[in-house]
Order: sequence, then structure tokens, then C-alpha cells
Amino acid sequence: MMRHLISAADLTRDDAVLILDTAEEMARVADRPIKKLPTLRGRTVVNLFFEDSTRTRISFEAAEKRLSADVINFTAKGSSVSKGESLKDTAQTLEAMGVDAVVIRHGASGAPYRLATSDWIDATVINAGDGTHQHPTQALLDAFTMRRRLVGRDAGLGQDLEGKRITLVGDVLHSRVARSNVDLLHTLGAEVTLVAPPTLLPIGVEHWPAHVSYDIDSVLAKSDAVMMLRVQRERMNAAFFPTEREYSRRYGLNGERMAKMPEHAIVMHPGPMVRGMEITADVADSDRCTVVEQVANGVSVRMAVLYLLLGGNESATPAPAARTEESK
Amino acid sequence: MDTSSTGVTGSKSDADAARAVLEGPDIARMLTRIAHEIVERAKGADDCVLLGIPTRGVFLARRLGAKLEEITGRPVPVGSLDITMYRDDLRMRPARALARTEIPGDGLDGRLVVLVDDVLFSGRTIRAALDALGDLGRPRAVQLAVLVDRGHRELPIRADYVGKNLPTSLRETVKVQLAEEDGRDTVLLGVKQTSPADK
Repeated sequence: MMRHLISAADLTRDDAVLILDTAEEMARVADRPIKKLPTLRGRTVVNLFFEDSTRTRISFEAAEKRLSADVINFTAKGSSVSKGESLKDTAQTLEAMGVDAVVIRHGASGAPYRLATSDWIDATVINAGDGTHQHPTQALLDAFTMRRRLVGRDAGLGQDLEGKRITLVGDVLHSRVARSNVDLLHTLGAEVTLVAPPTLLPIGVEHWPAHVSYDIDSVLAKSDAVMMLRVQRERMNAAFFPTEREYSRRYGLNGERMAKMPEHAIVMHPGPMVRGMEITADVADSDRCTVVEQVANGVSVRMAVLYLLLGGNESATPAPAARTEESK
Repeated sequence: MDTSSTGVTGSKSDADAARAVLEGPDIARMLTRIAHEIVERAKGADDCVLLGIPTRGVFLARRLGAKLEEITGRPVPVGSLDITMYRDDLRMRPARALARTEIPGDGLDGRLVVLVDDVLFSGRTIRAALDALGDLGRPRAVQLAVLVDRGHRELPIRADYVGKNLPTSLRETVKVQLAEEDGRDTVLLGVKQTSPADK
């Protein structure tokens, strides 16, 4: 594994499985009376959020605190960024304060990569979502949720998602979650199908390691997990579909459609959900919907990523020799 | 688990160079003796919980648990305690994979916890285990059982139950092999290869 986590595409199958296995152990910490580990004591982590977020920021903060890291929260609102400070100057300020890791969310695709490859800062960079590019920890927590539900909690250890059929429905064009998920699920051996109106599919989607369909009803029966994506109105500057009602009729998931899915199949959503748009309330509240579970799993997965990137003297290198010695 | 027990992996030449100091029957006899000692000291081992330290400590704890059940006629809770995230040398090596921590259903509060490990060496593993225990509950007392005590303590820690005291030099390695993990029961005494990976 590398020193930074910028893109889900950078992870090998072994990296990803190691993260998921580690997250499984981290999840057990949540059941203990004292939900804290001393592992990152004395390490400083900055949550650098240039874009709004509730669940990702809180999730990272909870993960950092459970590992005993010192946490500094930075939001663009109310900081010098609103006075016109550049990313470079902000980064150099953080470097001068001696931070060990930066968790960054930025509206511009590539901002975390810039931060990691520049000499502005020496810290480990973890991408918490950049523009329409990547959101690797979301993809990891989704994969973790799928592995738990579709393979099993203990049975899943050391396993990937070989042969699982995952369907992503909705605004693929603006979705970093979709990009990260396609990359990671492909690495883990799953079969991915994207369902969206043609206007909400990016140029070049035919080169992605995924099938494309415009008809949700034809794929539901062949899906082990269906992930609904939010229509990202805030990133839309053109009319991508005629009306919300038409979108929701053709691409929304309602009770009737859910009934067509196999018995064991789950409904996922990265949140925030827009009820009545991509998902109806009865589906969102059903016990096949893993939204709340995904949030809980998010903390475990982020603890695993933080531990593997920051816990040792250098990040974990699952070189074949080192792995066989440690993996039991 | 001590560095000594994982440092050398059993390639053919290592195994040849290493001398077996304990064999399967010796190990079985020692575990039987330790089980009796635990019952004697704990006056029946009613509130005893065995916690093995991964990897081989867990197998030893399970075997010890089975022996205790034979002696007392009651099942003894057995669990595992991974100490990786409590180690004091985390920063000196790449982050490593975690093992399972499994605390038996009734918890540890007010119980007699017996930690079980294969080799007692510097004592740092046990220090980490004591720290980890502090986050999991408040046992009535904590005791330590090890298969081999090879000396060279770096902390004021000692074992309550010892299978065998094995005086070693720092240039030697002690490796415990158990059937569950390695296919056979034996304790190997070898000479350390001078490689920078070893401590």
C-alpha cells in the first residue's frame, strides 16, 4: 500500500482485502465499553473540508478520535480561504504546524493528488472526496458492507467480492462515489452494471470496467446489491432530464421494483438520500436498505485506513514475504 | 507473541539448524501441569478466564481450557487478546495486520484472567496486553502462563505459570511450533541469522 489514499484505483486486491479485514477488527472496538485505542497517540490529523459534508467529516473525526489521534477540524467557511488564501498557502500553514495526516475534501477534482505530489506538505494525504473524481473511503465502506451482507462477517475475512453482481443507479456523471466504486469493485472481482439516463453517463464510460444499461427493470433481478446514487443538483448546470417526476418514474427505486430483486439482495445508498426522488420512503426504511449500516461501517473502515497509513513507521507494505509472516 | 517466535520462518535450512528442545509429549505434560497449578492457586478456577495472545497463545489457551475442563468438570471461558495496537514498537515498523480479540460472553469484570502466550522474552508483549486489558474491563486479578520463559526481561514482569525455563543467549532464537498452525508440536532453539529485519 502507498503512503497516501487518493484513488480507489490505486489499491490492489490485496491492499483492499487487508483494509476490509482490518476494518472488521476495528468494528469490534465499537462493541467495547471503552471505544478507544492508543494506536495514533501523539499524531495530528487535520480534517481539511473545503466542501460541505456531514457524514464523511463526522465519520473521519470519530475514527481519528477512537484511535487517539489529535484532531484539528478545518472548514473553508470562516477560515482564511474565504479571504482568498490558496490551497498551497493553507497546506504550508498546516505543514508548519507539524501535522501527520491531512484528510481533504475539495470541490476541485485532483486537489488531494496535487497536495500529495507537491512539496508543500510532508503529511499523509487521504482523499475524502474531490469534485467528481474519487471518494475512496466511501467505496471501501460500501465494499465492506457488501462483503458483510453477501459473504458473511467472519466468512468474509480474506475474501473479495468475486462474482457478486452490483448495480449502480443514477447520476453517474457527477458521482465520485460511482467512480470509486467501479474501480474498487472491479479490483475485488465484482461485476458492475451502471444504470442511468444517457445524459447522466460520462463520456468514455464504455472504457470503464462496467456494463451500462438504460433500463433499471431488466437488471434488478440479476443484482446482489443495488446502489442508488443521489441526483447532484448542485453540480448540474444544464437540463439532464425533463422533470424530476419522470426521472423518479424511470430510475427511482420503489417497493414494487425492490420486490423484483433476489431475496438476499440489498439496497445501498451513500447518502444523503432524497426521498421521493431516487428512492421511495418505504424502500429507504425497509430492512434491506443498508444506509445506516453503511454509516456505522464508515467509521470502522476509516479507522482501518488511518491505522494502516499512519500506524507504522511507513504505511503497510503487503509485500508477499511480509504478508505471509503476519497473516494468520 | 514474541519477536523471537515470528522472526525466523521455517525454511528447510533454518529447521535443520534449530535444535528441538521440547517435543509434543513434553508440551502436553507441561500444559497438564499448568492446568493443575491454575486450579490449585485459584482454588477451583471458578471465575477463571483464559485469554490467549495471537497467534500461538490462542491455541495454547484453548488446549489449557480443555485440560481445565477435564479437571474441574466445568467449561472454562477461553478468548483471545490481540495486542498489536498497544505495542510500543508500532512506530518502528510498518503497520501490521490485526488479529482477533474475542472476549468471552460474560466479560472480564471481577474475573481471574490468565493471559497465555508461547514465549516470554522482553515482557513488552505482556505490558501491551495489560494495557489492552485495561480497556476491556476490570479483572479481579491477572496472571500469566507461558510455555517457555527464555529470560532477558526488559520490564518488571514475570510469569505465574511456566512450562519450561529455557536460559538462552540473545543470539539464539526460540520458536514454538504448534500442530494447529505449524503441523507439529515442538520448541526449536536456533541461532539468530544476522538479518536487519530481526530485532
